[in-house]
Amino acid sequence: MIGREAYLVNKKIFQQTEFYLGIIIVALSFFLTLINPKFLTLENWFDMLRSNTFLGILALGELVVLISGGIDVSFTATATIAQYIMGLIITTYYIDNVLVAFLIPIPIGIALGAINGALVYYTKVHPVIITISTLNAFFGFLMFFSGGKWIYNFPPSFRSFSRLQVFSLVNARGVEYGFSIFILLWIILAIFTWMILKYFPVGRKIYAVGGNLEAARRAGFNIFRLQLFVYCFMGALAGLASFVNASLNQMIQPNSLVGGELDILAAAILGGASVFGGSGSAGGAFLGVLLIAIIKNGLILMRASAYWHEVIMGAIIVAAAGISAYQQKAKAKREGEILVP
Amino acid sequence: MSRNPFSKSKNPQLLILVIILVAIFLLFGLLTKGKIFELHSLQAIAFQLPLLGLLTLAQMSPMLTGGIDLSIVSTANLSAIIIALSMTQFNFSPFLAIILGLVLSLGLGVLKGTLVAFCSIPAMIATLGLMIFIRGVALVITKGYVIAGFPQSFLFLGDGTILGIPMPFIIFLIAAAFMSLILNRTPFGIQLYLLGSNPTATLFSGVNNKRVIFRVYLLCSFLAGVASIVMTARFNAAQAGYGESYLLLTVLACVLGGVNPSGGFGKVGGLILSMVVLQVVATGFNLLGLSSHLASALWGIILVSVILTNRLIFARET
Repeated sequence: MIGREAYLVNKKIFQQTEFYLGIIIVALSFFLTLINPKFLTLENWFDMLRSNTFLGILALGELVVLISGGIDVSFTATATIAQYIMGLIITTYYIDNVLVAFLIPIPIGIALGAINGALVYYTKVHPVIITISTLNAFFGFLMFFSGGKWIYNFPPSFRSFSRLQVFSLVNARGVEYGFSIFILLWIILAIFTWMILKYFPVGRKIYAVGGNLEAARRAGFNIFRLQLFVYCFMGALAGLASFVNASLNQMIQPNSLVGGELDILAAAILGGASVFGGSGSAGGAFLGVLLIAIIKNGLILMRASAYWHEVIMGAIIVAAAGISAYQQKAKAKREGEILVP
Repeated sequence: MSRNPFSKSKNPQLLILVIILVAIFLLFGLLTKGKIFELHSLQAIAFQLPLLGLLTLAQMSPMLTGGIDLSIVSTANLSAIIIALSMTQFNFSPFLAIILGLVLSLGLGVLKGTLVAFCSIPAMIATLGLMIFIRGVALVITKGYVIAGFPQSFLFLGDGTILGIPMPFIIFLIAAAFMSLILNRTPFGIQLYLLGSNPTATLFSGVNNKRVIFRVYLLCSFLAGVASIVMTARFNAAQAGYGESYLLLTVLACVLGGVNPSGGFGKVGGLILSMVVLQVVATGFNLLGLSSHLASALWGIILVSVILTNRLIFARET
């Protein structure tokens, strides 16, 4: 019965996180529109969403890992390896087919994710340690074998795909803009992640493992398969995100992604995922990324220095964590628990 | 064998590390035809090791309590920027600049300690938020530019030698001795280890857990400030984004040195050993003309293999 109660309480907290994020986003949007009416145009929103697709897809993967009680910081290296191999294949053999290019990075991501998952399960060491090691190993090997060389000059279909739009509109000045295919991909992946987490047995098991691993093991869940799934899912999404990144930039730089892993972790945490596992939702992760996107975009529209973006984001994360810690303390006090710091 | 200090230790990791260190020294000794034992190679090791070494010492105390500090590098960078600005813009003496940098680091430590100890925010989230915040402040101050051009007396801390021993290495040894003294010879150190292995028992034996955690982040930020002095002097420059790749490496180096990531176990000696192993690999690869990226790949593999070996030994015992 206690488990059931904890589940209900947790559920309330998710809803709160999404609710608060929604309120902040609406308030911020209102404020930004007052300052610069350009903010609330479809053109600006489409542009803003398109440039944050990469961040958004990776945050979904990190979310699933966080829910399972794990953490992954190696996905930037995974994404770089996946996109580099894809770039090499399509430029050396000049494969003028986007579908092939799209399908190459996914199995590479899954394979590297499987290494993480197996190591995390087998060593029983905190996943942050394992994934820091694999981050170093993956990235070191990539830099060694690639020599840090950039890849560009992609086949024409790969170039035209990045400009593909689901539908396009014309603004007041007669310039065409549209809903990029990448935004559609992000939204589909967000819905897919939400469905897995909410309706598929594996999703419910991931919450259970993250809530209490030992209990999940005793309930007969196959922990190895679940951890493997979680890290492979992250790997697959890293592969997809790397395709988006390569396509948007039309260039693959081996050292451009690594180093940004903690910012994506921050986006997932801002969206309500807990570093202790067991809570978080796809909607929250989406809204968390949206909030970051709006802050960045808003600073540009306000003509403020872009450097303030990090100051604001850091302050928001600390404030949000402070509020949730305070709520937890108040709850513990009500229930007469002793919290040990 | 009973005289061997490692046979008494419950942690087999130190023994494994010593074996790895000897093996690596011999291997690189053979491969480089003894070049790694020459004075200038050893000096190169002693010049390069201290920066990561000091940051790892800083990371050690939060990790001993089962926490983590993701903001050490950004703390060091902001402190370096303050040191650099006070020397170049305000013409302060290097001594005063260093004091200012350390005061700033301690101030950031108070902020971290308050958030983690008194507001009960999980260390990883609080320091992740602060890392982004502090890096943002550093970017706003410098607008992304590099600050350079310091007096020679300050640069001596980065490139000078005393009796052939590089200054950064001397600073590192002093900091390591200081840390070892605090951990092993003060009530705070004992409380810190206790708290790391069992916070509930520590609380009920009358220790003020919050005060211990607060001081841990103060100590950690102070050491990050010391690292910032070496960093500024060695690079002869300060910038918002220096040394970011060191952040996750400090965690790797701590664990390799036998610090248990869930807290309670780990000694300064193990940490120094792990620093030497990492640096010998890097310098050896450099002497062989191999890519430094291959060395960093090997660092990751060494840690995973040490963990796996530990696991095998542990599994056999139980």
